[in-house]
Amino acid sequence: MVDCQTHEHDVLVVGAGGAGLRAAIEAAASGVSVGLVCKSLLGKAHTVMAEGGVAASLANVDDRDDWKTHFADTMRGGQYGNNWRMAELHAREAPERVRELEAWGALFDRTKDGRILQRNFGGHRYPRLAHVGDRTGLEMIRTLQDHGIHQGMEVFMEFTIVRLLKSGDRVIGLFGYDRERGRFRVFKAKSVVLATGGIGRAFKITSNSWEYTGDGHALAYEAGADLIDMEYVQFHPTGMVWPLSVRGILVTEGVRGEGGVLRNSEGKRFMFDDIPDLYKNQTADNEEEGWRYTQGDKGARRPPELLTRDHVARCILREVSEGRGSPHGGVFLDIAWIGERLANGAEHIRRKLPSMYHQFKELAGIDITAVPMEVGPTTHYAMGGIRVDADTQMSTVSGLFAAGECAAGLHGANRLGGNSLSDLLVFGKRAGEHAALFAKEHSAAPIDGAEIDAAAAEALAPLERGAGADAESPYLIQQELQESMQDKVGIVRRESDLLAAIETVAALRERAQRVGVAGNREYNPGWHTALDLKSLLVVSEAVARGAAQRKESRGAQFRDDYPEKSEELGKITHAVRKGGDGRMQVEAEPVRELPPEIRAIIVENQE
Amino acid sequence: MTRATFSIWRGDRGGGRFEDYQTDVSAGMVVLDAVHQVQAESAGDMAVRWNCKSGKCGSCSAEVNGMPKLMCMTRIDDLDLSQPVKIEPIKAFPLLKDLVTDVSWNYAVKKRIKKFKPRTPDASDGTWRISQQDVDRVQEFRKCIECFLCQDVCHVLREHNKHDEFIGPRFFVYTAALDMHPLDVEDRLEDLKKTDGIGYCNITKCCTVVCPENITITDNAIIPLKERVVDRFYDPLRLLWRKMMGK
Ligand SMILES: Cc1cc2nc3c(=O)[nH]c(=O)nc-3n(C[C@H](O)[C@H](O)[C@H](O)COP(=O)(O)OP(=O)(O)OC[C@H]3O[C@@H](n4cnc5c(N)ncnc54)[C@H](O)[C@@H]3O)c2cc1C
Ligand code: SF4
Ligand code: SF4
Ligand code: FES
Repeated sequence: MVDCQTHEHDVLVVGAGGAGLRAAIEAAASGVSVGLVCKSLLGKAHTVMAEGGVAASLANVDDRDDWKTHFADTMRGGQYGNNWRMAELHAREAPERVRELEAWGALFDRTKDGRILQRNFGGHRYPRLAHVGDRTGLEMIRTLQDHGIHQGMEVFMEFTIVRLLKSGDRVIGLFGYDRERGRFRVFKAKSVVLATGGIGRAFKITSNSWEYTGDGHALAYEAGADLIDMEYVQFHPTGMVWPLSVRGILVTEGVRGEGGVLRNSEGKRFMFDDIPDLYKNQTADNEEEGWRYTQGDKGARRPPELLTRDHVARCILREVSEGRGSPHGGVFLDIAWIGERLANGAEHIRRKLPSMYHQFKELAGIDITAVPMEVGPTTHYAMGGIRVDADTQMSTVSGLFAAGECAAGLHGANRLGGNSLSDLLVFGKRAGEHAALFAKEHSAAPIDGAEIDAAAAEALAPLERGAGADAESPYLIQQELQESMQDKVGIVRRESDLLAAIETVAALRERAQRVGVAGNREYNPGWHTALDLKSLLVVSEAVARGAAQRKESRGAQFRDDYPEKSEELGKITHAVRKGGDGRMQVEAEPVRELPPEIRAIIVENQE
Repeated sequence: MTRATFSIWRGDRGGGRFEDYQTDVSAGMVVLDAVHQVQAESAGDMAVRWNCKSGKCGSCSAEVNGMPKLMCMTRIDDLDLSQPVKIEPIKAFPLLKDLVTDVSWNYAVKKRIKKFKPRTPDASDGTWRISQQDVDRVQEFRKCIECFLCQDVCHVLREHNKHDEFIGPRFFVYTAALDMHPLDVEDRLEDLKKTDGIGYCNITKCCTVVCPENITITDNAIIPLKERVVDRFYDPLRLLWRKMMGK
């Protein structure tokens, strides 16, 4: 076997965002030894970027809220493609998980009587998002990080995992390298939790960082686990569009929650033009009522700007393509106008949206308290991911658990804002707990040296090839993939494009076999990019194939050639797995039936 | 589109030098974009850290024309392009490669600081009532994105290498956040004096100047902590009182 250091733990967690940290804390609390591996430094994972808030029916602002309403909202938002049991657990347990964060030191904004304040967000019936200005993710990750480091876990920063190791049907460890020196490492474990986040890097315009290459998805897939719902990729309606170099960076939905409105180049609030039937009863039909809603009037219905993300994104696209867009190909998002209604408008904006204020001021030279922002859709979140059991978070591979964005089921066809941060807490905890239980019931198994050798050889190939004339550049392949996915598997999809994208992935995979990079193993981004390509190609293919198979429009998936929802396909989930011949298979399976008492909750909340 | 020259530090533990790279720059680009462009065009193995590209994660710290900056928040329009733009790693920590330094010391320091310890819940539902005012008071410190730029400029670390005796401005901010947390009841004053070396800080305010989150590190975090240390350990009346009370 190649020379490499081996570490041994009961539970190994991959990923140190909210989900991974919460899982590690829970596992450590149950007395097993825990290792935590992440690609970046601790505290830098995506969770740090979350802005708007964490959804939980604390009912501090509107006492009509309860877990049932949160559950029903989540199911409606997901167009009933959700795993209902996950949606139930999530809605029931989120309040407790948020309160627990406070006991660990998190500080949220407060109500007048000193309880946790909650704000409005798209698709949530009542003000439900606990938040701290618009830097909720930072508060959350820092709290978990600062609490976690005292719980006795071993942290491996700047390590990338490239392979899951199995013995028979069970996962028994991981293989990866440290980014700093490029040395290989083996992590032996009795159970593994994947908490690797999303896949946004597969697209050109995205709010996601370099880390989001879908590693967890791909690791699980290669190890034989099922992925589901991969066609559902969330395009957030409001990303920055100008300057070009910041295109895609997120503008939080909190802007609209605080009263921000969308207008086209004619100054019109175009969101009033198209309100879907499912939401007609809950949506304001005039500007006045919408404003009252954002200011806490319980009798008012929410403004159409706060409809679900998929819908708002498509409306924006329509305005742009019909020639009513802003100068740089977006639309206008105006929060400055609230100055007409509030005496201290500018001050209020700076207090509730400090990082948006800062972001536009520094990056675009725009003062959002005075002029509208330009915004357009950006690739944001993967609803699809590793199939897990709702209660334990175990995947279809024994000993392999998943939580957070890389797991699937909770959000169905479309995620509601704020439901991710709560997802991380609820299911991170569950994954940690059950991974620890599993570890207690199983023993460690020996690692196969030959497999390590093969993994090491595969990882070293791009370096050995070098950046010669006939070598492919990893950066170029990544860029071509992103362009193809953006153009052909984006917000509006059609058969011919999707098939072309699948072919592009195949061609790029072929070329990726020849990628070569300069330099040595020490902190070499070219090499890292080359190794991440494998994951990117797997998830890209899965998204394109899932989308091609789903011949309807539902939630985040919009098909130009099948613009309607199909009742039939609404009952179907697509499972992606690696076939015996090594090729990707997509299988249609029935969605789990709702038991009567659960159906009743949805009916109750329908009106 | 203009062509600009970037003079970027290339090297590792063994040494290195500045290398010039030319690349096209357009309106609104930030320094990190230029570095990425150079990476993709001609220096594939150039090491650089980044994540959020919007000033939220604190990964991309470096010195741009001698100024400690987040590369993702430094606009090229604001730089003088008639000269090469000089980009080098931060200095207070050992170099790993190119623009990446070994900041692990910071993580070790944090682990030493006594963790958050809340008072027992006072509301009937087992939680706490906290006023917005009390939240606002520590908000400034909790904004810290751990970019370590303040650590980079502090002479106690940068010039005097007191890493064993001094925790640096970032961790005074952290201690202040804990100390002024409305629920926290832990006592960290003795550590501040003895192991954290707060006495080494001579209030030059260099840290405050570079903080990308505009945290008033010196005035709002360090000075109040210093005052409390002085009150506890040097105030003669108090010392006497404490002796009498046997504390
Ligand atoms: C700009 C922005 C704003 C958002 N705002 C909100 C919001 O207001 N509310 C909300 O609910 N959601 C929000 N989201 C979504 C939410 O933040 C993310 O979905 C969530 O943080 C994902 O958390 P996670 O724990 O699953 O993964 P992450 O926090 O992304 O962490 C992934 C971890 O896995 C590690 N990793 C990945 N691959 C590997 C590998 N191969 N080897 C080792 N480690 C690996 C990474 O290093 C990282 O530590 C927002 C997202 C973005 C981008
Ligand atoms: S004020 Fe104190 S902590 Fe800040 S840079 Fe000066 S000496 Fe260092
Ligand atoms: S206090 Fe400011 S400069 Fe120091 S680490 Fe935090 S954000 Fe960076
Ligand atoms: S990349 Fe996150 S602060 Fe610069």
